[in-house]
Amino acid sequence: MTIRMTRPGRSGILDWLIQRVTAVIVAAFIVAMLVWLLSTGDVTYAAWKGLFATAWMQSFTLLALLATCVHAWIGMWTVGTDYIQTGNLGKYAETLLFLYQLGCALVLIFYLLWGINILWGN
Amino acid sequence: MSNTPILEFDAIIVGGGGAGMRAALQLAESGNKTAVLSKVFPTRSHTVSAQGGITCAIGSEDPDDDWRWHMYDTVKGSDYIGDQDAIEYMCSVGPQAVYELEHMGLPFSRTDNGRIYQRPFGGQSKDYGQGGQAARTCAAADRTGHALLHTLYQANLKAGSVFFSEWFAIDLVKNAHNAVVGVTAICMETGEVHYIKARATVLATGGAGRIFQTTTNALMNTGDGTGMSLRAGFPVQDIEMWQFHPTGIAGAGVLVTEGCRGEGGYLINRDGERFMERYAPNSKDLASRDVVSRSMVLEILEGRGVGDESDHLLLKLDHLGAETLHSRLPGITELSKTFAHVDPVKDPIPVVPTCHYMMGGLPTNVHGQGISLDKDGNDRIIEGLYAVGEAACVSVHGANRLGGNSLLDLVVFGRAAGLHITDALAEGMDSLEASDNDIDAALSRLNRWNNSSACGESIASLKKELQNCMQFNFGVFRKEEPMQESMRILSDLRERISNACLTDKSKLFNTARLEALELDNLLEIAEATAICAEGRKESRGAHARDDYQERDDENWLAHSIYDPQKKQVGKRAVNLKPRTVDPFEPTARSY
Amino acid sequence: MQVSVYRYNPEENTESRMQDFNLEIPRGKDLMVLDVLELLKEQDASVTYRRSCREGVCGSDGVNMNGRNGLACITPLSDVVKGDSLVLRPLPGLPVIRDLVVDMGQFYKQYEKIKPYLINDEPPPSQERLQSPEERSKLDGLYECILCACCTTGCPSFWWNPDKFVGPAGLLQAYRFLADSRDTATEERLAALEDPFSVFRCRGIMNCVSVCPKGLNPTRAIGHIRNMLVKRVI
Repeated sequence: MTIRMTRPGRSGILDWLIQRVTAVIVAAFIVAMLVWLLSTGDVTYAAWKGLFATAWMQSFTLLALLATCVHAWIGMWTVGTDYIQTGNLGKYAETLLFLYQLGCALVLIFYLLWGINILWGN
Repeated sequence: MSNTPILEFDAIIVGGGGAGMRAALQLAESGNKTAVLSKVFPTRSHTVSAQGGITCAIGSEDPDDDWRWHMYDTVKGSDYIGDQDAIEYMCSVGPQAVYELEHMGLPFSRTDNGRIYQRPFGGQSKDYGQGGQAARTCAAADRTGHALLHTLYQANLKAGSVFFSEWFAIDLVKNAHNAVVGVTAICMETGEVHYIKARATVLATGGAGRIFQTTTNALMNTGDGTGMSLRAGFPVQDIEMWQFHPTGIAGAGVLVTEGCRGEGGYLINRDGERFMERYAPNSKDLASRDVVSRSMVLEILEGRGVGDESDHLLLKLDHLGAETLHSRLPGITELSKTFAHVDPVKDPIPVVPTCHYMMGGLPTNVHGQGISLDKDGNDRIIEGLYAVGEAACVSVHGANRLGGNSLLDLVVFGRAAGLHITDALAEGMDSLEASDNDIDAALSRLNRWNNSSACGESIASLKKELQNCMQFNFGVFRKEEPMQESMRILSDLRERISNACLTDKSKLFNTARLEALELDNLLEIAEATAICAEGRKESRGAHARDDYQERDDENWLAHSIYDPQKKQVGKRAVNLKPRTVDPFEPTARSY
Repeated sequence: MQVSVYRYNPEENTESRMQDFNLEIPRGKDLMVLDVLELLKEQDASVTYRRSCREGVCGSDGVNMNGRNGLACITPLSDVVKGDSLVLRPLPGLPVIRDLVVDMGQFYKQYEKIKPYLINDEPPPSQERLQSPEERSKLDGLYECILCACCTTGCPSFWWNPDKFVGPAGLLQAYRFLADSRDTATEERLAALEDPFSVFRCRGIMNCVSVCPKGLNPTRAIGHIRNMLVKRVI
């Protein structure tokens, strides 16, 4: 049952707060991007590259990326522990839940690393 | 040979309402091995339906209030056949019992200074009837019973009481010495039968309003404990005394609390007249319930009823204003909309006197110990058997209960029985083991239903006949001939019920079997009621006869006591010796 | 009217089925669903359901009527019947014992888990503990719960995690004691609720509010608990 139970010290309040804070960060990032897109008349490769060359934009993007990953992890974990149950899936539910969580974790880690690579690669 | 599985406890409480759970709490907190057996989950017991409050002289509304005034009102309300030692005990211990409930968390409504809110109720006075209307009923809005029952259940959870929820007690088990040593019971979920062995057996099974066709009582109020003790040969006292509550919603039977009149509502007839001013010039709508109900029936009989059939009256509340109704009587507003399609903020509620409460029951002393009479007519304690609440007749209500005294009765005597059993257990309270035959005897009626074979009459139709018979012949006014005819009908019904059959014999959660077993209990109580009502040749409290219209203190300042073996009614002396105050002598009763 | 009733008695058949009854409903009278069940039971005594007070205060007869949870005794046919048919099923999300009777064990366990009793270890005064009308009014809308389970069994979060999510009824009672000025165990109560399941599985879909036969609002109470929990860590 360990995968279904909470990690030591994990609290519902913290999860709940993190979900809200990360949502705000991601929303702010989206708004910022929209503002930039609308205010920049001609979105050229150079302009785009220039935007992401600044340190603050790199930090903001990394922050948004991290927020997305954390947000998604908590969300996917919650969805998994709701729907992947012995009640509907039988005795393999725990194994399935483990594989599902492993899958989610790998995908999120991949995205995170890929994002870092894009930002600071080359 | 009996191979019934046995469960063993210090005390078994049959019934999980207010009285049963208060007794259980006392026992569990004292460390006794206690179990509560209830045919419904405890918070679904009928105490939950009590609305108006719990009457008790805690001196919140009037700092000068005195429990002796409450005692005076109760004795007068009982039409002088309430036992004065028991009433004294209830009224004097009451405040402590109510404070205990508050400490357990009961969400009483509050006054501005933070004390428990008290409202006026019927039959209440200050200064022994000389000081006008009192306000003595402690209330949690109009959901006091609900709040009380849930609080007691919660306190029992905290105390670790054992509950047998949805278990039905079949019969008392008596040993060779005629002592009660537990009950046989059926677990509804599995259908398994057990003998629950206990050194003390407490009947807290409530009333039996379902002997009537229309009643404020829940569908399960079938007097199972009373039926069991009658079958075991123990007597019932004052069982002819059935209270008709003035305000049941016409057509539905659902209760509308007396608190409505306490808050200032009043009854009107078809002419819009506040007729209670004629019948009870001082107390008006807050006269005691028997008086108000009789007045209402007279209004209807004299053609001043309301509706197409002129068969009900109206309870006017709109002048109290929406705010009072929503804060003090929210439940009534809800019930009235659901069952009468009337919003009391705008229109009056159609009401009619409706069977509400069984004043009679197993006679007990103030400790809840069951009493039977020996052959010389002297009291004899029934070893091992206790009764509390509506199932008991202590008797604090006599011929007519005052509103708000029922909840007080539950907690005071539930507590008293718990205290007494705790002491008795500590002193050693062992009696002879039940033999296999004793246990089998307590299973015989279950076995009869289980083995009943194809036959004609259904349990539902027999029950309807019984309820009709009681409804038409044992209402607010009673007459000799119809009562005698009813006794024949009931004895015929006994024969037919003994030949009726159970169509569904399955084990799991068999409610058909439950209803059959309940019908046996209804029959016992209906028959006792009929015989005692016919036998009490006077009018007193709730028992009003057309042929004997006056109270007869010379012959009937006494409890009736019914012997189920001989099917005869006798008399038992009323206690007129309170311990700390002078007795209240019977006088003419006016409101 | 056609009444379709969920039937299940494992003694007779391991499968459940729907049984149709044709009932003559007296004209001009708006029966309650419980009246219909009583009429059915007269036809077939084996139809099984719980009932007691028949006035909506004992909470025995929670059932699912045409897809909606409610108390049979205070639900008039005019409120639920669409067309001319009524489908009666047991409350969802709990194991069925027989017909419309469900095993409420899990529901009661969640109620017990929140310690549904006043905790105050200070010695009580000789009279009542004082409480102002304002403090008392905080309990309105909370203490009236009748434990019928209509809300909790209508909540998908309870269907998925009945052993870990307390459910709307239990949480309403948790808040009833958190809000009581006489209760001193606030910290202990909050500590027991801070995990990701007990309270936080509530997604605020308000099924509980829409079915509560007493018009209570568990979602609001859950919101209050969440605020208290958050304030506790910030």
